Amino acid sequence: MSAVAVPAAASKTRRARTGFGLLILAVAGSLVAYALQGLGLHGEVPGNLAIYGVIFAGASVGGWLVVRYAARSADPAIYPVAVLLGGLGLAMLYRLMDERGRVDIAQDQAVWLLIGLACFAVTLLVLRDIRQLDSYTYTIGLAGIVLLLLPIVPGIGYSINGARLWVNFGFLQFQPAEFGRVLIVIFLASYLSQRRELLAAGVGRFGLPRVKDLGPLLLAWGTSLAVLLLERDVGASLLLFGVFVVMVWVATGRSSYLVLGIVLFAIGAYIGWLALPHIQERVVIWFHALDPQNVNGIGYQLAQGWFAFASGGMVGTGLGLGSPTFIPYVGSDFILAAFGEELGMLGVAGILLLYLVLIGRGLRIGVERQDTFGKLLAVGLTTVVGLQVFTIAAGVLRLIPLTGVPLPLVSYGGTSRVATFVILALLVRASAGAWYRVRKGP
Amino acid sequence: MDRQIRRLGFAFVALFALLFAQVAYVQVFAADRIAGEPADAARQIRAEYSVERGQILAADERTVLAESVKNPDPNSPYAFLRKYPGRELYGQLTGYYSRIYGFSGLEDALNPYLSGTAPEFTAQNLTDILLGRPKVGGTVLTTILPSLQRVARDALGSHQGAVVALDPGTGNVLAMYSNPGYDPNPLSTGTDAQINTAWNALISDPQRPLVSKAFQELYLPGSTFKLVTASAALENGWGPDKSWPNPHVLDLPQSSSTLQNFGNELCPSGGPPTVTMAQAFTSSCNVTFGQIGLHLGADKLSAQAHRYGFCPILPPDQVTCAEPTIPFILPWNSGRFPEPAYFNENLPKVALSAVGLDNDKQNPLQLALESAAIANGGLMYAPRLVTEVRDSAGRTVKVFDKQDYANPISVHTADQMRQMMISVVTSGTGTAAQIPGTTVAGKTGTATNCGPVPNCNIPPNAWFTAFAPAGSGQTPTIAVAVIVLDGGNLGSEATGGLVAAPIAKQVIQAYLKG
Repeated sequence: MSAVAVPAAASKTRRARTGFGLLILAVAGSLVAYALQGLGLHGEVPGNLAIYGVIFAGASVGGWLVVRYAARSADPAIYPVAVLLGGLGLAMLYRLMDERGRVDIAQDQAVWLLIGLACFAVTLLVLRDIRQLDSYTYTIGLAGIVLLLLPIVPGIGYSINGARLWVNFGFLQFQPAEFGRVLIVIFLASYLSQRRELLAAGVGRFGLPRVKDLGPLLLAWGTSLAVLLLERDVGASLLLFGVFVVMVWVATGRSSYLVLGIVLFAIGAYIGWLALPHIQERVVIWFHALDPQNVNGIGYQLAQGWFAFASGGMVGTGLGLGSPTFIPYVGSDFILAAFGEELGMLGVAGILLLYLVLIGRGLRIGVERQDTFGKLLAVGLTTVVGLQVFTIAAGVLRLIPLTGVPLPLVSYGGTSRVATFVILALLVRASAGAWYRVRKGP
Repeated sequence: MDRQIRRLGFAFVALFALLFAQVAYVQVFAADRIAGEPADAARQIRAEYSVERGQILAADERTVLAESVKNPDPNSPYAFLRKYPGRELYGQLTGYYSRIYGFSGLEDALNPYLSGTAPEFTAQNLTDILLGRPKVGGTVLTTILPSLQRVARDALGSHQGAVVALDPGTGNVLAMYSNPGYDPNPLSTGTDAQINTAWNALISDPQRPLVSKAFQELYLPGSTFKLVTASAALENGWGPDKSWPNPHVLDLPQSSSTLQNFGNELCPSGGPPTVTMAQAFTSSCNVTFGQIGLHLGADKLSAQAHRYGFCPILPPDQVTCAEPTIPFILPWNSGRFPEPAYFNENLPKVALSAVGLDNDKQNPLQLALESAAIANGGLMYAPRLVTEVRDSAGRTVKVFDKQDYANPISVHTADQMRQMMISVVTSGTGTAAQIPGTTVAGKTGTATNCGPVPNCNIPPNAWFTAFAPAGSGQTPTIAVAVIVLDGGNLGSEATGGLVAAPIAKQVIQAYLKG
């Protein structure tokens, strides 16, 4: 820490320079990964490396310019880290889909990355102050619940792989829960910032808040349980509930809400266990994936992911030189195992560290924000991303039962990619507002 | 609120620390164990098949015993196919490289070199990675002479049996063939069903083509063991001209049983009242060598056998060896001879063991090593099949030097043995191995397949071993051992001299002609 106070303008310039330097590194890292996977697979760099590089670098710099124009003093690290994660994920998806003969799928994802960047830019350009969102508490909350429950509606909702997550409007298929989650977080930030004193104070012998104040919270819990039971989506339900508990706890500062949350989680988990046989199966697979009777049956995916990590070792086989396509759905839930095999422990640790940087920056924004709504929003959005990363990484690594959620920005999945970019846009916006304390010194 | 946010940060750090710990566990600490799980075989094999495996070459550095060729099917998960152009000619030496049944032979023994994973390749592999070049395995140079290998196969013809030819001065394996051999190609390439079919045919074949009769199976040595008994007598100071009583049959002590000469004949013909060891060796008289064995005693006989590389066993409980006494690059069975304790209070077995019966065991490689040691003045070299490994740039990365194993006999004894073996070929049981203009030293053997049943009609196994040129002042350049199972085409009339000696002669003749 320098004892000399640095003028705000100089600090902003330095932030911009740091940010652009990081962005150059992120773009370079992404393109090197893209070139290496071609070298590994075919012994030559991909023929379209130049055009891919121009588009990727152009879109990345474009997003950067929007940040500079619309949010001058914004956090310098979030955007470059997001670009690098997106670029690495795309390189891996090209590598995986090429081997499966489906480069078109990877190209779709490249387009989705561009759409994500565009949504990132549009969010920053349209929303000039996050407190604008604070004015529509219940509208946003209602919209969030509608989006979460939309897949249940007969005629437009449908299931893939046992979970009813998708809606189809004919011209557009997507997973509305990805956006519903963001809206619920905005609603909670808004609602809790208005009611936190009431919830924190409590009344009566046990210090419980009034039912009237708890109502919307119970509604959120009910929604997450509905998501679990009606859509059979364990991952989404878990994320929603986790964010909900964390935000209530941070808003009230009362640990009793954490205890209450764990109790409710236990009840919800037990109900899910009883009602959904596939949850029971997940737990069995978690413990017994490598047992001889499962390893080529229900445990095959988890076992192959496990083997992929193990055969990667410290430094990995090199991009394009391993055999991650033994893993079913390797591009979505198991993409971290593919990195584990081809980039080794160092590569996986690097990717996890990038997420940790995102989480750290997000929570930092929460601390630096001077308004309660901004704090809660930053914390909630960061928790959504952080919990999602932990849930899928720990599931693939067999620390917890596997629940299929995408690895943000990296996995296959257009909706998730776009939703994560919107989340990051909100964080970047929150870091560059009037209510953001300009720090003195580096 | 800020306090909660900071705590939340710590909670995330703790959760991610769990992830890091688990990643370190699965990718580093337990990685080898997990990646080696049987259920992971498909990934391991695919990784192996993506490397261009090195060639296995004959001594001429041109003849290909095994090579990897690019898979013409671009959709196959296996980038390369393993080919064995010599088919069954070298199959038992190269072994197979099967994605279903694993590896055998040199493919197994030298896998780290052929696949380029041996530590010697680290520098080259790093260079390849930096230059973006595909990894290529090392080339293995063997000592096999393709022309001699073909002569050995053709000389065996339809006989079940085996031929081993060594260079006495180095231990180099010049030829080593066992009939029937097998073709490794169908085990190494093809669909899973094709590989399974080929495998099932091979393992159900009663002639066991996957197991080499040259160096893996074991047989009774019969009279070829007189090389060992005679060596023990000479080392004991009993010269070739020492005279021994010559009864028609030898009454064995401690029992009513007897030891007879081959065919219960008088030996040598005419049945003189006494006979020298040299005469008895030339005519292969069992009675004489049974006596010599009894007079030497179990200790000296056993010690001599073990010096020749026979590994000690203690029947009936312990009849196998943990590992061969003489080192060889391929898994093999050296000969076996009981420890002295086995003969305690059981002198008849000393006499039987002295003429290569009872629990004595050997194969042609063991026998060829004995001949080679005698030819080399008493110094035995371990058999050498591989001389060096080269990387893809042609640099030598590993040299297998010749390796002296032991001095089973003195120079003087070796010279006396050579003279007696020359007599076997000039005037004894091995005349069929005579080569005009070349002195050949040899020894025959005819080992019963009857077990303890006397005078059965089951055809015997015929043995012959020889080295040449064996004239005075000449350095022998080849030592050969041959076995023909079940009497070959002569059935129960077969002897080592009639069936096996002509095969050894063809191999020696072909080699000396160049």
